Amino acid sequence: MGKWTRRGFIAAGLVGGGVLAVGVGIREGQRAPKLAGLVTKDGESLVNVWVKLAPDNTVTAIVPHSEMGQGVFTSMTQMLADEMDADWDKVTFEQAPAHEGYANYPLGREFILGDTKVPGFVQDSLNGGFLRIAQSMGLQITGGSTAVRFTGMGGMRIAGAAAREMIVKAASKYWGVPANELRTEKSFVHHDESGRSEPYSSFAARAAEYAPPTQPTLKTPDQYKLMGTSLPRFDIPAKTDGTAEFGIDVDLPGMKYAAVMGPPVLGAETARVDDTYAADMPGVVKILDKGTFVAVVADGYWQAENAIRQLEIEWTKTGAETVNQSDIFAAMRTAIEESGGKGEKDVAIGNVSRANAQAARVYEAEYSVPFLAHAAMEPLNATAWVRDGQIDLWSGLQNPLAVRDEIAGAFDVKKDRVTVHNVMLGGGFGRRAMPDYPMMAVEIASDFDHPVKMIWSREQDTQQDWFRPASVSRFKAGLDENGLPVSWDNMFTEKHDPPEASQIPYKIDNQLIQYTNAEHHIRFGPWRSVDHTQHGFFIESFVDELADQAGMDGYEYRRKLLTHSPRYTAVLDAAAKAANWGRELPEGRGLGIALVDSFGTVVAQVVEVDVTGPEARVVHVWCAADPGYAMNPDGFVAQIESGIIYGLTAALYGDITIEDGAVAQSNFHDYPMLRIDQAPDISVEIINSGAKIGGGGEPGTPPIAPALANAVFAATGVRVRSQPIANFKEGLS
Amino acid sequence: MAETKFKVNGEERVVESDPSTPLLWVLREQLKLNGTKFGCGIAQCGACTVHVDGAPVRSCSTPLAAAAGAEVTTIEGVAAEDGTRHKVQAAWIEHQVPQCGYCQSGQIMSAVALLRDNPDPSDADIDDAMRGNICRCGAYGRIRAAIKSAARA
Repeated sequence: MGKWTRRGFIAAGLVGGGVLAVGVGIREGQRAPKLAGLVTKDGESLVNVWVKLAPDNTVTAIVPHSEMGQGVFTSMTQMLADEMDADWDKVTFEQAPAHEGYANYPLGREFILGDTKVPGFVQDSLNGGFLRIAQSMGLQITGGSTAVRFTGMGGMRIAGAAAREMIVKAASKYWGVPANELRTEKSFVHHDESGRSEPYSSFAARAAEYAPPTQPTLKTPDQYKLMGTSLPRFDIPAKTDGTAEFGIDVDLPGMKYAAVMGPPVLGAETARVDDTYAADMPGVVKILDKGTFVAVVADGYWQAENAIRQLEIEWTKTGAETVNQSDIFAAMRTAIEESGGKGEKDVAIGNVSRANAQAARVYEAEYSVPFLAHAAMEPLNATAWVRDGQIDLWSGLQNPLAVRDEIAGAFDVKKDRVTVHNVMLGGGFGRRAMPDYPMMAVEIASDFDHPVKMIWSREQDTQQDWFRPASVSRFKAGLDENGLPVSWDNMFTEKHDPPEASQIPYKIDNQLIQYTNAEHHIRFGPWRSVDHTQHGFFIESFVDELADQAGMDGYEYRRKLLTHSPRYTAVLDAAAKAANWGRELPEGRGLGIALVDSFGTVVAQVVEVDVTGPEARVVHVWCAADPGYAMNPDGFVAQIESGIIYGLTAALYGDITIEDGAVAQSNFHDYPMLRIDQAPDISVEIINSGAKIGGGGEPGTPPIAPALANAVFAATGVRVRSQPIANFKEGLS
Repeated sequence: MAETKFKVNGEERVVESDPSTPLLWVLREQLKLNGTKFGCGIAQCGACTVHVDGAPVRSCSTPLAAAAGAEVTTIEGVAAEDGTRHKVQAAWIEHQVPQCGYCQSGQIMSAVALLRDNPDPSDADIDDAMRGNICRCGAYGRIRAAIKSAARA
């Protein structure tokens, strides 16, 4: 590999059949981009976000993300097509293959740089460096609400704008008129003065001869034609007639089916597998003891699943067999106590101990949340075919490139002999960013010449998850004589991502936010909005407690602490206004409010709860969200609605508990999901503030739990400091 | 291995399979009708909903034997023969209901059965007919709106 010394660049060229390809990429030392190789999908490819213009004037965007319901194929293509002034009716997309060429370069760069402004003279080497990091980490991630804000803003739009500029330049030269007299619309170049009009494709060959612009001019919001409109999603029609192909639908000639069983106590391995009964069951082809799991391969999945349930498996002892949920919480509390107020620092501003000493009084509370499973609708699955030193994998993955690299490493096969075929994801929520299940499928298929489709039962999907961590958070706030906070002292367990999740939106002069850790055997996984789910609940509930301590309304109290941020205040105001905050409510009803800034999007929610029945029931959620600018408003609203229901399901019912070291829940009967009759009405208001573009997939989730808990408090005077909340009355007796 | 005869989407089919095999796996693996989805295996989520003699059933918990001689309709058989979408499918597109889309075959099968029996369902009727179908993307509001829209179509 050559030295990555030059800056990210825009590449263009004419490829097979007169197709113009323009991409945003990175140059590996030499000048000529190998675009032809890229299009034929072999050889070196250095361009990671690109567009193709075909001789029939159709435009194809290549999208380096996975579709898991967030509408990414549409929003990415929309951003590119708008900058290109392309005819939407003749625009389509392709999903990029799992290949280094599509490592999320804009994502990798933003991940590390964030908002930091870098002087121009170091930009060149930085860009190269970041791509290298993105590639060496195998980043082709769909997650972190990154698609629109990183790939879209840093890649798709630039590729579209560059393509347009090159076509205009070619038209200008060919027609002998100045470029500024040309107008582009719906994939045509027009010269109004002479009445000439030609499709983009007429200029493809000439455009390819020019060096692409280094800094194409992007549109300003007033020039947007497609961005900011609710274009219907490409993937929806196929999802209404059964033709959308998910991982579980992959069908290959000669394929067999595998059921699997992992250790009930995570981390254990097989000690003995007794297959006396299972081996002779109908359809069973082979029983495989893989150490970390057991598989039954059969002619059909039902036969495999039936047989695996008849196996007698003994697992090794890990020492965790005696661990119960209460032990894990106790260990977290012990860790907090033993830290003696000294943990790893997230935030340290001012002097908290001095402020506490001078405060009129100090108020304290402790919060906790349980473990959660992801429970995507499509049980985990992967189909693998291993033959002749070649491995093919079909699976819905949030990080296909990393999976390809991991397969190549683990099975000692060259990367270019591993092909990862992407299919639709029946829900991801972070679970499909973990590589365990595709690796298992390859391990199983290694024993056969034919392909094997591995499907997890719902029970395995629930119990062999990488869980949203349980955690405990303790707060101390120093209050002045008016009840306003002069200090914020927080110590919590389970620090993961993103790093800023424990920060508060409020202006408090003295802050000390720290974490410590308690060892346990339950593995961590990113779960929709990651650390924001727990911190949103902790912070926004505790602030509500402080408001109550001050004898103030929760909304007004927050406003007093948000005077430094007109953006936060505007979002909070919009949600309160939509909910008609402050109105009279009937007995047994309450309103609660919460505000969380996550993944660059600021979201406030007001919940109206009804506690007259045996369970807390959410009647309505009013939500205001500021993503800076919503590229596809209806798609953004759908994501926020989805985030609310996902978070509300967890807040009301979500409770994975550990008994004798194992996950006690197994399926939807004991790990219940919110259903249509329990779903609130949801109103979402978008605020296009013009701030830097934020994410859509995750920010709807964090505020819902605290808004609900705060509404329960308003309705009953009962402060809920743990989850799940639906049966909060049971804790009262 | 026993032979079972039944009609699927209007076509006579004969399958050789253990009659206790859930209809879901016969549809998916033998008849290659992959639109019907596996979600939980215990009739808790509704992803596998199909119609047997017009009634919505959970095919993951319906043995093949129970479909013998019956007329089974799956998501692949909902549109008209000329390919025109069913009004429920059209409403699903109009309201941009699906996100990941995995549960939607089951949702649509439940909604089609509801509207056939009850052309003008109330909110409570919709709750009753649809509470057996889980959507983890939380499209419930859009599902409700789409059913009402289809009822008016």
